[in-house]
Amino acid sequence: MKNPVYLKDVVTLELDETKCTGCGMCLTVCPHEVFKMNSKHVMIQNRDACMECGACSLNCPVNAVSVQSGVGCAAAVINGMLGRNGGECCCGLATDSPTAQKGGGCCC
Amino acid sequence: MFNKENIMENLPFQVLQEQTGCGCVTAGAASEKTVPDLNQPFVTGFVETKAGRLPRVSSELLMRDRWGSIKARWGVGRMDYMVDPGLYALGTPDDKSPVFVSANYKMSFDVLRSKLARRAAWILALDTRGINVWCAAGKGTFGTEELVARIESSGLKQIVSHRKLILPQLGAPGVAAHTVKKISGFNVLYGPVLAEDLPAYIDAGFKATAQMRIKNFPLKERIALIPIELVEALKVFLIAAAAFFILSGIIGPAGFRANAQSLGLFAVAALFCAFIGGSVLNPLLLPYLPGRAFSVKGFSTGIVMALVLLALRGIDLSAWPGRVEAAAWLLIIPAVSGYLAMNFTGASTYTSLSGVKREMRWALPLEIASGTIGIVMWIAAVFTY
Repeated sequence: MKNPVYLKDVVTLELDETKCTGCGMCLTVCPHEVFKMNSKHVMIQNRDACMECGACSLNCPVNAVSVQSGVGCAAAVINGMLGRNGGECCCGLATDSPTAQKGGGCCC
Repeated sequence: MFNKENIMENLPFQVLQEQTGCGCVTAGAASEKTVPDLNQPFVTGFVETKAGRLPRVSSELLMRDRWGSIKARWGVGRMDYMVDPGLYALGTPDDKSPVFVSANYKMSFDVLRSKLARRAAWILALDTRGINVWCAAGKGTFGTEELVARIESSGLKQIVSHRKLILPQLGAPGVAAHTVKKISGFNVLYGPVLAEDLPAYIDAGFKATAQMRIKNFPLKERIALIPIELVEALKVFLIAAAAFFILSGIIGPAGFRANAQSLGLFAVAALFCAFIGGSVLNPLLLPYLPGRAFSVKGFSTGIVMALVLLALRGIDLSAWPGRVEAAAWLLIIPAVSGYLAMNFTGASTYTSLSGVKREMRWALPLEIASGTIGIVMWIAAVFTY
């Protein structure tokens, strides 16, 4: 079945087409087919599918893509609000105990 | 080939220096040459390399590996399920064999090697503190800095003649390929999202199809996440159920026992439904539930379950206490289910942080208010029965 899409018109993804050299790296790393290749540069074809993982902007060699990246995890946001675990995703528990240095534990 | 005892006896030097597993990304990592511990249960032998004796692993998973994965899925030993970071030999690789980069979460490491049956390769496990590739990439521990440092500390440059690394595509949120190239000279190739596509990717000349690059969220994966959701929710459920049970006994109309058996047991059943709805039904039915926001999906399952439950009980709606109690459950169950569903955003594969924040702005207050009002109404109803 078709991939589900989260909320509409909310993601912070921006593409500066004047900087884009059309290397296609963002197409490679994007797990949700957000970009597509035009003749000379890429364009955003499905903005709402973006999960703001930040792979495209980090791997863009010319800084043409920007996004406020983060993990879309409510537990992390709540932990952040409560000042726990440095606002990390799920995995609760062990991270704020003395074993914290040992490992954050697996996420999700 | 070699058994572990022999290896340990014949070792001319201590190789335990890296067995700290403390994950404190060692400052000296870039300068020291470090070798993963040979004395790990899944290590089947070693290979001699210019960078020292490296542990050899097999693509075959043993019962112990599978059992470890099952336990981790249920949250047992999950925080400490890791392999020593560093370079491993899969089969009998040489200087031309491909290098696959993974996390030091044992499940990530195991999935990778198990999908590379009958192939020789090097596996470079980054120190992600026992966290899977995607989450670690999001946190930056599966990242450019660690990769570059690990290339140096593993002696990889002396071991392979090529300068090519294959990373899982989902490691890309943490790694800047062009920066790795600039600093280390290694070309980063992003492989497919799923390790199971690796053989096809390799055979196609390190080319992924468009399909291999998409992360979807199939039923199989959603089911695999249910145990950990259940375990996490169970603790809260037990406390809440006990509180409702005892409270109903104390403030109910009849004796403790009679109250607890009627109102109390129903409360336990209702809470049980709420938690099952949130941590089992929501993941299971995710794509089919109404709404885009996860909370809405959770509210829907909650409301349906509350209605079914109340119908089954045949609650007396002719008098006020009955009506108030019914209304209380229609508030509490969706609130719990909605909250748990909202928290499932972290495990899902397609929610953005901006989206989650927008959802939480209205959903979290609603869940708290609905739950609180529900509890107050329930207490009032039980008190006035």
